[in-house]
Amino acid sequence: MSTSTPLYADREPIFPRRVKGVFRTLKWWIMGITLSIYYLTPWIRWDRGPNLPDQAVLLDLANRRFYFFWIEIWPHEFYFVAGLLIMAGIGLFLFTSALGRVWCGYTCPQTVWTDLFILTERWVEGDRNARVRLWNADWSFRKLRLRMTKWTIWLLIAVATGGAWVFYFADAPTLARDLVTLQAHPVAYSSVGILTATTFIFGGFMREQVCIYMCPWPRIQAAMMDPETITVGYREWRGEPRGKHRKAEGADQLGDCIDCNACVAVCPMGIDIRDGQQLECITCALCIDACDDVMDKIGKDRGLIDYLALSDETAERSGAAPRAVWQHVLRPRTVLYSVAWGLMGVALIYGLFIRPEIDMTVAAVRNPTFVTLSDGSIRNTYDVRLRNKHGEERPFRVALTGAPDLRVQVEGTPYDTVNVPADNTMLQRVHVVAPRGSVSALGDRIEVRLWVEDISNGERAHADTTFNGQGG
Amino acid sequence: MSDDEKRVDDVTGIETTGHSYDGIEELNTPLPKWWLWTFYLTCIWGVIYTIAYPAWPLINSATAGLLGYSTRAEVAADIAAHEEQNAPLVEELLEIELASLDLGGDLARYSTQRGAAVFRAHCSQCHGAGAAGAVGYPNLLDDDWLWGGALESIAYTVRHGIRNETDWDAHYSEMPAYGEILTEEEIVAVVEHVETLFAGGPANALGAQIFEENCAACHGEAGLGDPEIGAPNIADAIWLYGGDRDTLIETVTHARFGVMPAWGQRISEEDVRAVAIYVHGLGGGE
Repeated sequence: MSTSTPLYADREPIFPRRVKGVFRTLKWWIMGITLSIYYLTPWIRWDRGPNLPDQAVLLDLANRRFYFFWIEIWPHEFYFVAGLLIMAGIGLFLFTSALGRVWCGYTCPQTVWTDLFILTERWVEGDRNARVRLWNADWSFRKLRLRMTKWTIWLLIAVATGGAWVFYFADAPTLARDLVTLQAHPVAYSSVGILTATTFIFGGFMREQVCIYMCPWPRIQAAMMDPETITVGYREWRGEPRGKHRKAEGADQLGDCIDCNACVAVCPMGIDIRDGQQLECITCALCIDACDDVMDKIGKDRGLIDYLALSDETAERSGAAPRAVWQHVLRPRTVLYSVAWGLMGVALIYGLFIRPEIDMTVAAVRNPTFVTLSDGSIRNTYDVRLRNKHGEERPFRVALTGAPDLRVQVEGTPYDTVNVPADNTMLQRVHVVAPRGSVSALGDRIEVRLWVEDISNGERAHADTTFNGQGG
Repeated sequence: MSDDEKRVDDVTGIETTGHSYDGIEELNTPLPKWWLWTFYLTCIWGVIYTIAYPAWPLINSATAGLLGYSTRAEVAADIAAHEEQNAPLVEELLEIELASLDLGGDLARYSTQRGAAVFRAHCSQCHGAGAAGAVGYPNLLDDDWLWGGALESIAYTVRHGIRNETDWDAHYSEMPAYGEILTEEEIVAVVEHVETLFAGGPANALGAQIFEENCAACHGEAGLGDPEIGAPNIADAIWLYGGDRDTLIETVTHARFGVMPAWGQRISEEDVRAVAIYVHGLGGGE
């Protein structure tokens, strides 16, 4: 076995330099918006009536309800959540095949929080050069002070991040008070603790290691991309041969790249984009901003590093114009992803609108199949689950069709009506009686349909079952 | 695949493993050190975990773990917590006049659940898991009760039982074996009369006379029975041993003697009351 390559390697520290430009500005905006959504969403109130929580977005695991503004998801409607996850998956496929790792570069939590942590780092310790100096310096009071300041701010961000997470699972104001007064459930504290730790470690110390070694998505993405995918790249034909000595002899032989390393210095992944597309690149586009800035200064055209498709390389090299963006984006694969994504979305929205507010399921009691009463009538019993999704108690009337000689009686009442509590499923026994000597009583098994009607608004639901007579 | 040549890759500057698959070579990129440390940490964690929790199999058991955790103890704690939570309901159940029980209330709901468990453990052997009974074992789903179908009556029957020899307060009644008193013809006649009580049809004058002289004292002139003395209603559609003529003749000739244990001596009073509430709620309670 050769000893030239060690089995394990230390992480190479990365000190991304500050950069300004179109994409950096875009990323600041996206960071602001995504972080606002994350931290503020649990605090949005939404009035659902007296019996239901008034939190706009709430994953109420204890009561098995998901609330999203006007939408309420019950456990039996979990396919909505599954559908949304599938849409999220296909959406990622679509964006990746069209624009490469645009999710990774702009909106992935790992990227957003790492960006925030690097911002903090720069604010405390200075820009790239100062941070490199501090890294190499021996431990001193100043280094300790700067490190402690940075870590403290990171920890505060991490606690806020872990803290915000749990608010999605309980009433935020109540839980916030309980957390502060040490009254909250241990699960809340351990969740906050774990997410604080992961945020602190992943954002502060692991950073690009998470993307390179822990995340499966970069590996999957290779299958989503093809030569038409628009991604961050280097116009090699224009840049090479690279060289620093613009005014020296033979400068006219050199390409546009002055080998200033600005693109490398700003890269949060610590790679050189000029080496071509590589696994580590999250397409954050900061190298584009850095290079454009340099091109402006030396009076060359922007776009030496740019969003471009591999298929344009040959065209551009021979001096032809690259194809338009829409020509790259619009291709069978993206159309297919869009159609699948759209169909899923339409199906979910359709499902949302036809979703009934009341529902019933029936399980016939089959031990025994029927009971003879003292007056000779035949009784069948059914376990009926009545579901009321309204925010208030509703009177439900149970009825039966399929045999005119059958009579319905809701157990515990002499009538056919029962009150179902708000936002609940109630198990109710229902008796169906065939009088002595009637066709249904003497006959075999017959198909019947049980109905439930919300008396207050006339909404109905039904379920099919069977009635067993003596002959059965 | 060949192992022959390790070389340094031109593009990355990293050594290859020397493996070549159809000309595709593999870089021997070093793993990050933190990955190695994470691996060591999980190993250490695993060892600590197996010491803290039950893990290592021994011959007849397993190591108990330093934390003393067991799922059995957790279940026991769960049960104890539920019992503590339900203690006020049990207390109320023991004190309440059953006749005044609110059938839609929390106590009734709790008792029904508790009673269902008691029923499955102690009653289903004779009365069936669905409480539909069998020949000689009453169906508890219908509205016909030998000893009364009110809550108090059912609870009394469960508590003291029927015709057993262990409880002096057990229900007791004994129908004479009329085979020693009446002739076969007279028995057939009285059975024919009994058949008309529910189904109607031509009257049997001899049967009616014999019925009035021998049977009406307990079963009543109309045959409606008397739950006070456990005399069955024989003018309805329900027969404990069967309503066909042969079975009725057999019943009248030899009489019947069903026995039920005094459950008050075997299960707690709260269980007696709970199972009475459960049975009462099966669809025939009075």
